[in-house]
Amino acid sequence: MLDLWVGLFVCAGIGALLVLALKVGNMSGFSVADTYQLYANFDNIGGLKPRAPVKSAGVVVGRVAEITFNNDRFTARVALRIEKNYKFPKDTTASILTSGLLGEQYIGLEGGGDDKMLAQDETIKLTQSAVVLEKLISQFLYSKAAEGDSKK
Amino acid sequence: MPERAVISVRRIGHVTIEGVLRLGYAARFITLTLLHSGTSFRRLRLVIRELYFTGVLSLIIILVSGLFVGMVLGLQGFQTLQTYGSESALGVLVALSLVRELGPVVSALLFASRAGSAMTAEIGLMKATEQLSAMEMMAVDPIARVVAPRFWAGVISMPLLAAMFSAMGVFGGYLVGVVLIGVDEGSFWSQMQNAVDFREDILNGVIKSFVFGVAVTWIALFEGYDAPPTAEGVSGATTRTVVTSSLAVLGLDFILTSFMFRGA
Repeated sequence: MLDLWVGLFVCAGIGALLVLALKVGNMSGFSVADTYQLYANFDNIGGLKPRAPVKSAGVVVGRVAEITFNNDRFTARVALRIEKNYKFPKDTTASILTSGLLGEQYIGLEGGGDDKMLAQDETIKLTQSAVVLEKLISQFLYSKAAEGDSKK
Repeated sequence: MPERAVISVRRIGHVTIEGVLRLGYAARFITLTLLHSGTSFRRLRLVIRELYFTGVLSLIIILVSGLFVGMVLGLQGFQTLQTYGSESALGVLVALSLVRELGPVVSALLFASRAGSAMTAEIGLMKATEQLSAMEMMAVDPIARVVAPRFWAGVISMPLLAAMFSAMGVFGGYLVGVVLIGVDEGSFWSQMQNAVDFREDILNGVIKSFVFGVAVTWIALFEGYDAPPTAEGVSGATTRTVVTSSLAVLGLDFILTSFMFRGA
């Protein structure tokens, strides 16, 4: 009788851990699927973090695997892990976008018209950096100032 | 006047020496327990018996409080998140606060008062009624026979209880958030799954509850083993177990959290 209860207790405990891992955490689905790796160089990644989603047409097709700094070209090198069953043409554009006004940043992929597809470890050539608010504001101010000058 | 100053300084010294001595005894005690653990693994029956008393009998209080903590989190979280128009993040709030903090900490506090106090009282009474000395007379090591199985039972059951607490809490949050208030079910789960990381959050929570399990059972067993063999002594030791292990859990939680989640 004692054994039965203790056995039930241990099973329930391990079951609870499994529920936490599969239902609450993200062990299910994505990390199990087969993936291939692509790279993209960005001038500025803004607030992009590892494990951020990679979306194409709004559908999550992969995740950011790793972000490193390329010291030769002074750019950020982002490794993307894309699910095997999604293929993208060579002239795909990768841009860093923000979901919502204050939401997290993600990478958006926009397919081009090339016949050849990107393969494992290839680099996406066309990239668009994250929008940095300070740069945007200063650009706006400069253009306003220039307008004022030309009016004189 | 100078004599009084000397007396108070002497008292401080006395308290310090006592504290250090007890800490030393406690360290010696845990080392002995670990060294004599062989018996509890060769005779698993002993550990299973203790698992029943510490683990299975704590189930009700852990499950019920987990459910209610989760439901309260659901209500309170909804109230706050609603003001920012982000009710869909309710799942994230409930799951993260349970898995990272409330699950391990609250279940350790409950475990300390439910199982820890029972352990102290049991061992203290065994000592007071000279059962431990009788064992020694029969060349049975009381640490190997009585203390070590209880220690391992506590260490094993604590992470399991904490996991059940968290799972129950998430279910409670789901009940209140989705079923009662009507947060969208899809975003509740999907945002939660996006935000909760297995290694970062769940595994760290398990490590926390493991550490708490060691701390609480260690304190409970030591207080019992060290209790003065009188009725007053045992009652004092039981109180000290609950107070010390609760404080230890909260203090350790701060230290562990500052190492695990540095807000990166």
